[in-house]
Amino acid sequence: MAAQTTTKEQFISFASHTAEEVSEKQQRVEIDDSVTSPVVLYFLTGIGWLVFGSVAGLIAAVKFNLPDWLGGTPFLTFGRIRPVHLNAVVYGWASLAGAGMIVWMTSRLCRAKIEKTWALYVSAVLWNIGVAFGIVSLFFGYNQGMEWLEFPKPAGGLIALGFLFFAYSIAQTFRKRQVEHVYVSLWYILASLIWFPLLYVVANLGIYHGVTEAAMNWWFGHNVLTVWFTPIGLAGAYYFIPKVIGRPIYSYYLGLLGFWAFALFYNWNGIHHLVGGPLPTWMVTVSIVASVMMFVPVMAVAVNHHLTTIGHFRMLKFSPTLRFVVFGSMSYTAVSFQGSIESLRSFSEVAHFTHYTIGHAHLGVYGFVSMILFGAIYYIMPRIAKWEWPYPKLIKLHFWMSAVGIALYVVALSMGGWIQGTMMNDPSLPFIASVNATKPYLWVRSLGGTMMLLGHLAFAYQFLLIIYRSGPTRYVPAWFELRQTTEENRPV
Amino acid sequence: MMFIRSFIFFLGVLVTLLLGWAGLVGIPNIMISEIQPPKGLERYTYEQSYGRSIYIREGCLYCHSQQVRPVGFGADQERFWGRPSVPADYVYDKPHLLGTMRTGPDLFNIGARQPSEDWHLIHLYNPRIVSRGSVMPPFPWLFEEKISAAPDDKVIILPDSIAPRGKVVVATREGRALTTYLIGMNHTYSVSQVPARNDTTKKK
Repeated sequence: MAAQTTTKEQFISFASHTAEEVSEKQQRVEIDDSVTSPVVLYFLTGIGWLVFGSVAGLIAAVKFNLPDWLGGTPFLTFGRIRPVHLNAVVYGWASLAGAGMIVWMTSRLCRAKIEKTWALYVSAVLWNIGVAFGIVSLFFGYNQGMEWLEFPKPAGGLIALGFLFFAYSIAQTFRKRQVEHVYVSLWYILASLIWFPLLYVVANLGIYHGVTEAAMNWWFGHNVLTVWFTPIGLAGAYYFIPKVIGRPIYSYYLGLLGFWAFALFYNWNGIHHLVGGPLPTWMVTVSIVASVMMFVPVMAVAVNHHLTTIGHFRMLKFSPTLRFVVFGSMSYTAVSFQGSIESLRSFSEVAHFTHYTIGHAHLGVYGFVSMILFGAIYYIMPRIAKWEWPYPKLIKLHFWMSAVGIALYVVALSMGGWIQGTMMNDPSLPFIASVNATKPYLWVRSLGGTMMLLGHLAFAYQFLLIIYRSGPTRYVPAWFELRQTTEENRPV
Repeated sequence: MMFIRSFIFFLGVLVTLLLGWAGLVGIPNIMISEIQPPKGLERYTYEQSYGRSIYIREGCLYCHSQQVRPVGFGADQERFWGRPSVPADYVYDKPHLLGTMRTGPDLFNIGARQPSEDWHLIHLYNPRIVSRGSVMPPFPWLFEEKISAAPDDKVIILPDSIAPRGKVVVATREGRALTTYLIGMNHTYSVSQVPARNDTTKKK
């Protein structure tokens, strides 16, 4: 109804700006327009995989509580639904949503319209076919047998091809950039465009066997975070925190140090997944050293982000984007410190092989990367759809469901996992004692997972509303609480 | 200036990743490729390989590891899960199934600990029959119900409360192959190089 009455001009001129600002804003709007369709396509399909993957994850979680539930269906057995969950949320949700965010952000940071839009469509289609094909294969039990590399080769190949088309468009946009300065977020984005395909090719050389295949497996598995998800998350945090608060990043040089230390140390981390295993001890030791060295880039990033935020915590009350992104960036600090400590042998002796690790993984991919992506989508969509989020209350619901859900999830699994590990290492107890002890914690985990799923449903519903430009019409941003628009906090 | 900067950036990005690969995967791959299989280790038979593929298909690796840690690292030795595993134990494994989780116990020597085919079949049909409190999923599709068993069928013995009325439950070929693989998991032969203890953890 009201959708037809809001014109682009109205949207642009809702606040009083000078002529120069209006022209700058006009340019931004044109840039945003150039990416609208591909970005919506990435987000929409990504959110589809998020909802699907959350349901799969919840089924897998509840199976720990009720192991005979859905037990007669081969498609839904734990050993199949678990990789379905992982691959759907990782290669479906986080990758596609991340790609969408990168497209928009690159265009904005290069102050140029996106180049080769067709390549982005091709990429999104190939990518989605690849993920769908892989998921169906996993349901039927066609699993490659290695974590993070479960998808059959054709599915992985389609995704890789999709990535190349995506990278082509981003690289072309970068070449046509209208600015001299290359912002920190873009470093991470450009690096990931090189790293991810290279990682995938090297991992699929097919020259590994026995324990070196295990080394390759975990070098790859951990590096999917190094070369793809962490760059997405950090690019988002580096962009949105200063943007929403309206002040520059605390230190450019810390950004530089953070980036290169990250590049140098992070991709040596993977073998700590095999601590205590049959590999040459030095390999694990090297990985542990590198994991501890991660304190350097993590502290550089943490200081940079948190010192940018400090003094502006009041903004968290109003801005949905900032609330999600700051939550994500705090999770990054927490999960990285946790990871460094977790890699130590004395700690691993208990935590390795337990649910503790699962909690850690979720704090990273959900608490950090997904929360930043939620914040990014809440920021980007009104600008490209030219329609505000209709229900701030639903955003609030989404935030609290996700935040409390992931907190319950991580706390429950950390405690349960630690108890499990302690009991497993006590030979006077039967093994089954370590299983029984985790059961209450696994119920709490399922509760946390249910809350996250509810949050995602609220998010998905409102996303559908915004792309169809329905719901109540707003002319001001969907802040959590009404606030006076002043010279200082005027939305840009 | 811009060109040099970009060049340094892309070179740096390339080199950091490839260095990590070379150090952790490429070089070890060359070092370990010369390894000879131990005398006691045999190639998988066809039936075992088939069973191994069922193990992968049903995702057993998400809850069971196949590696034994040395003295001083966990209680693997005190639980009598076997001597610490070494790279040579895995020369025939493709893909590797080392695992990262022990929701259930390690299976590296499950064939030595539990050599009974009947036990494994009952356990796969419904783990809670033989292991109270287990959270392992049941795998009823590895079995079929029949009015009467054929001569070469493997009938599994079930408690009356669970057994279907007037029918027998027999293992399918897949179920039997998986069991063959599990029983074949026996790495109790001796190897020349066994890490004596993990010297970096606390002394017990």
